[in-house]
Amino acid sequence: MDVGVLGQYIANGLMLGVIYALVAVGFTLFFGVLDVIQFSHGDVLTVGAFTALATYAALTLAGVASPWAQLAVVLLVAVAAMALLGALIAKYLVLPLRNAPPLNVLLLTLMLGAALRESVRLFYPQGANPKPFPRLLPADALALGSFSLRLDSVLLLIAGVGAIAAVHLVITRTRLGLAIRAVAQDAETARIMGIDFERVVLITFAIGSGLAAAAGVMNGLYYNEINFSIGLLLGVIGFSAAVVGGLGNIYGAILGGFLFAALQTIGAVLLPAIFPGLPSAYRDVFAFAAVIGFMAWRPTGLIAERTAERV
Amino acid sequence: MRALVIAAALVIAGNAAAQQKQTVKLAFIGPLTGGVSANGIGGRNSADLAVRLRNEDPKAKYRYELVSLDDECKPNVAVQAATKAAADNSIIAGITHYCSVTAIATVDTYHKFGFPVVVWGAVLPDITYRNKYAEVHRVNGTMINQNDVAAKFMTGLGFKRWVIIHDTTDYGKAHDKYFTEYLTKDGGQIVGRFGVTADQQDFTAELTKAKELKPDVIYFGGLTPIGVRIRSQMERLGINAVFEGTSGIKSDAYIEGLGPKLAEGSLSFIEGAPWEKLPGGLFFTGKYQQQHYDQGPEAYGPFAFAAASLLMDVIDKVGPNRKRVIDELAHVKDKDSIIGKITFDDHGQNIVPLISKYVVQDGKWVLWEDSDYAKGKRKLK
Repeated sequence: MDVGVLGQYIANGLMLGVIYALVAVGFTLFFGVLDVIQFSHGDVLTVGAFTALATYAALTLAGVASPWAQLAVVLLVAVAAMALLGALIAKYLVLPLRNAPPLNVLLLTLMLGAALRESVRLFYPQGANPKPFPRLLPADALALGSFSLRLDSVLLLIAGVGAIAAVHLVITRTRLGLAIRAVAQDAETARIMGIDFERVVLITFAIGSGLAAAAGVMNGLYYNEINFSIGLLLGVIGFSAAVVGGLGNIYGAILGGFLFAALQTIGAVLLPAIFPGLPSAYRDVFAFAAVIGFMAWRPTGLIAERTAERV
Repeated sequence: MRALVIAAALVIAGNAAAQQKQTVKLAFIGPLTGGVSANGIGGRNSADLAVRLRNEDPKAKYRYELVSLDDECKPNVAVQAATKAAADNSIIAGITHYCSVTAIATVDTYHKFGFPVVVWGAVLPDITYRNKYAEVHRVNGTMINQNDVAAKFMTGLGFKRWVIIHDTTDYGKAHDKYFTEYLTKDGGQIVGRFGVTADQQDFTAELTKAKELKPDVIYFGGLTPIGVRIRSQMERLGINAVFEGTSGIKSDAYIEGLGPKLAEGSLSFIEGAPWEKLPGGLFFTGKYQQQHYDQGPEAYGPFAFAAASLLMDVIDKVGPNRKRVIDELAHVKDKDSIIGKITFDDHGQNIVPLISKYVVQDGKWVLWEDSDYAKGKRKLK
C-alpha cells in the first residue's frame, strides 16, 4: 500500500471519528448529569440535519445566495432548534421519570427516536427518499498521487474538533460547566449548594442535542446526502463509542469515537485482504466485536468516570 | 320537475346497480416504509390506479378493493404480511413485492395457502425458478437477462476494468453472480469486488481501495439509497469511473438524491419495453397524473399496474375463486398490457426478451438510444 492510499484511509477515518465523537459526547453528557441513556439522540441528529435542509430551502427561496451566509444561518437554526428539542425532551420526558427505573427512560427515548424518525419520513416532503444536501463549502481538491483531500473535508474536520473543544472548555472553564460537573458528581449536594438542578439538566441536554445537530449538518456536508435513517446507526455507534470510552467521561467519548472509526476502517480494509472472499460488509461485525472485547477487558470504559458509585 | 325526478331515479338505479356488484379484494404488498418506500408507494399507487379505473368501468363484473400491506423490504415482515393476506379468504389474489429478499421469503407461504400472486418488481431469478409453484407469477423479468445485456453493452462500449460493489442480500449477491458470469464471458476484467451491507452509510474505505485498483467502471448491484451514497462518495474521493447500476437504481429518487449534476451519466438496465413509449404507457402516465398522488409511479409502477389489471381480468373471467384464478393464470399468453405482451412460462415467469438501457441526462433517465451519449454528443466518464 502506498503512502497516498494510507493517507486517504487516515483522512477518511478521522472524518468518521469526528462525527462519531460528536454524537458520543452527547450520550456521555446526558449520562453524566442524569445517569440516563437518551436513545433518541441519533434521531435528534436526523431531525437536526433535516431542519438544516429545510432552512436551506427557505433561504434559497428568500434569495440568500452567499454560501457562507447560508451555512451560518443553516447551522445556527439547526443547532438552536435541536437544543430546544433536547431541552424539551429532558423537561417533559426524562425528568418526570427521574425516579422511575432507568429501563423506562431507555424505552421511552427509544420509542421517541422511532417517532422522530418516522415523522421525518412522513411529514418532510418525500421524506422517504434520500435527499441531496447542499454543498456549502468550497470543494477545491488537493490531489497528491493517489491521495485526494478536499478543502471542505479539512474545514469539516477543523469545525468538528473545534466544536468538541468548545464544549470541553464550557465544561471545564465556566461557572455553567462547574454546575454541570457538580450535578454530575452529586445532584443532591449540588442542589443544597444552590445550583438550579433542573436548569442545569435542561442546558446539558440542550448542549448535547445541539452537538447532535452540528454532527447532522457535518454528516450532510460531508456525504452530500441525508436520509431519514442516518441517525439510527450513528446513534448506536455513538453510544458504543461513549461506552467503550467510559460513559460519563468526555475524553472517553472522543477516544471512543475515533477508536470506532479506526476499527471500521481497519475492518473494511484488512478483512477482505486477510480473508479473500469475505465481503467488507463484515467491518461492522468486526468493529462491534472489538467493542465487546474492549468492554470485557475494561467494563467501565477505557477512561472510567472518576466518581465512584455509592450504594 | 318531471325530468328532474326521472334523472334522480336513474342516478339511484345506477347506484343500486353498482352496489349490487360483489366486492372482490386484492392484496398489494410492497415496501411502504423504509429506504425504498418511494418505489413501494409508487407501486401501490399504480395498483390503486388500476383498481380505480376498473371500478369506473361499467363493464367490470365485480367491484374491486385493494388491501395494502407493508413488507418494509424485510423478509420477516413480508412473511407476516403474506400470511395475513393469504389467510384472509376474502382476498382472492395478490400483487406482491418490490424487494427480492421479501419476494423469495414469501413464495412458500403463498404456495402453502394456495394464494395466487403476481410479483410486480422483484428481479431475483429464484423467485419463480427455484420452485415450480403454480401460485407464483411475475410480470417483470429477472436479473439474468438484465445483466447479460448490461455486460455485452458495456464491453461493447470499450470498457475493460470493473470494480463490483454489491449489497450482501440475496438480491445484491445474485446481481454480482450473474454480472460476473456474463462480463467474464464478454471479456471484461473484474479487478475488485466489495460486498457491503444494505444500510451502510460510509463507503470511503471500500472506495479508497477501489480507487487504487483504477477501474473504468464501478458496477453497483443494489438499491437506490446506497447507490446514491456510493456515487456521491466516489466524487468526494475523486474517482473518475463510470457508475453502472442495475434496475435497482432506476428511480427518480436516485436523481433527486444526487442532484442532476452528480447523477449525470449513471447507467441502469431494466427489463421490458420502454413503456413510456408504448401507447399503454402514455395512457398510464396520463391517468396517474389525474389522480394527484403525492409520489410518482417510479420504475416499477407500470408493472404493478399491469399485474393488478391482469388479475382483475382473470377474476372477471373466472370469478373470485383462488383455484380457478391459478388455473387461468397458467394459460396467460400474449396478453396485452401497458408493459407489452405478457406470456407466462411453466414457472409463471413472464418471458420478456427486451431489456431497456437508461442513462441519466440533464436530471432525467433517458433511453440510451435517445440520449446524447449514444449520439456521441456526450461521453461517459
